[in-house]
Amino acid sequence: MTNIIQPLRTRRQIMLAAAAGALALTGLMRVASANPPAKIIRISAKRFQFMPSEVRLKRGEEVVLELSTQDVLMGFSVPGLKLRSDLVPGKTQTIRLTPDQAGEYDFLCDVFCGSGHEDMTGKLIVME
Amino acid sequence: MQQKIARRDFLKLAGIGGVVFASGLAGGRNALAADQEDFYFVQLSDSHWGFEGAPNPDARGTLPKAVAAVNSLAEQPDFIVFTGDLTHTTDDPAERRKRMKEFRDIASQLKVKQVYFMPGEHDASLDNGAAFQEFFGKTHYRFSHKGVNFIAIDNVSDPTASIGEAQLQWLKEELAMLDKKDKLVVLTHRPLFDLAPQWDWATRDGAKAVELLMPFQNVTVFYGHIHQEHHHMTAHIPHHAAKSLIFPLPVPGSVPKRVPLAWDPAHPYQGLGFRDIEAEAGKAALEITELPVLKA
Repeated sequence: MTNIIQPLRTRRQIMLAAAAGALALTGLMRVASANPPAKIIRISAKRFQFMPSEVRLKRGEEVVLELSTQDVLMGFSVPGLKLRSDLVPGKTQTIRLTPDQAGEYDFLCDVFCGSGHEDMTGKLIVME
Repeated sequence: MQQKIARRDFLKLAGIGGVVFASGLAGGRNALAADQEDFYFVQLSDSHWGFEGAPNPDARGTLPKAVAAVNSLAEQPDFIVFTGDLTHTTDDPAERRKRMKEFRDIASQLKVKQVYFMPGEHDASLDNGAAFQEFFGKTHYRFSHKGVNFIAIDNVSDPTASIGEAQLQWLKEELAMLDKKDKLVVLTHRPLFDLAPQWDWATRDGAKAVELLMPFQNVTVFYGHIHQEHHHMTAHIPHHAAKSLIFPLPVPGSVPKRVPLAWDPAHPYQGLGFRDIEAEAGKAALEITELPVLKA
């Protein structure tokens, strides 16, 4: 799994730094600028749901998750892939990833956001 | 220990005592500091005062019943700890304070007046613990009782489920003052280890706290949050989750969704309860007895 987490606004400027950060996390290096354009998948959070709550990916296909929150501070966490990001109102976070194993990976909000917090879950489904 | 035996016999004869669980490793594993006296305390957790819903049609009656159950113990505990989620969360700061006041009024009916409160995320995560502190004081602290040290760790006032560097530094400094052979009890709300991160049953920097606790030979962690009895070891450190006083939750990872177990009219209050914890001088392990809200 290769992933890069970064604010969208400064993506180009910090590409190399972010890639180095991803290297530290994953032990893998991927030069983003050499990749073909990745498919962008937008996931929006609002109390107390993710939209969409089910996302299908293809194994080996690079995607960029564009994450945002419509109301309060949230978290987007995929423990099975060791991915997470804070979702700050007014900002878009991106996670670039290339899933290398098929399977289902739960995601959740891991920043307590109110009475429906426990219901804020979803699933990444990586298909062959 | 005559008193203790009498109390255990009473629990058994009255049919209210659950299985006695010896916390930690069996046998005289480690040397103990000498000056401890026998005592026991009670852990209550996750009453979620203010919750309404099908998982507990007696939501306003369960906490008072638990208070009555504790008050009916033949021998009263030295003190009581309440490991978080005293109230159910609300966006309305006035309503949050109303729930805390009602909770405090009910808890004040306990015969034992020494009660240590800790916050859960439902109490503290939406206002960084402000309302909790108004009603119950500090969210992390240390105390000692009859030769046993207790430390309450707050892993909920930060909504990211973190203890935070400042509190970890405080913990390090507090621990530096203690004898590593002393019995040490840690009280917190969330598990300090990754029990089920996919269900938010973890503390983001909990491993740092566990690392600080590792040099202590006789340390035990009691927590809440997961609404069920659960026992886990990280190296020599046992971690014990308590039942709740509102609704039980599924065994970690046993079902796709972390939803409350349904109320069973044939067995009301099933899966709810509290526990007594006994610290016996000269014995490394703590003895845990699970107790129901109502006798079966």
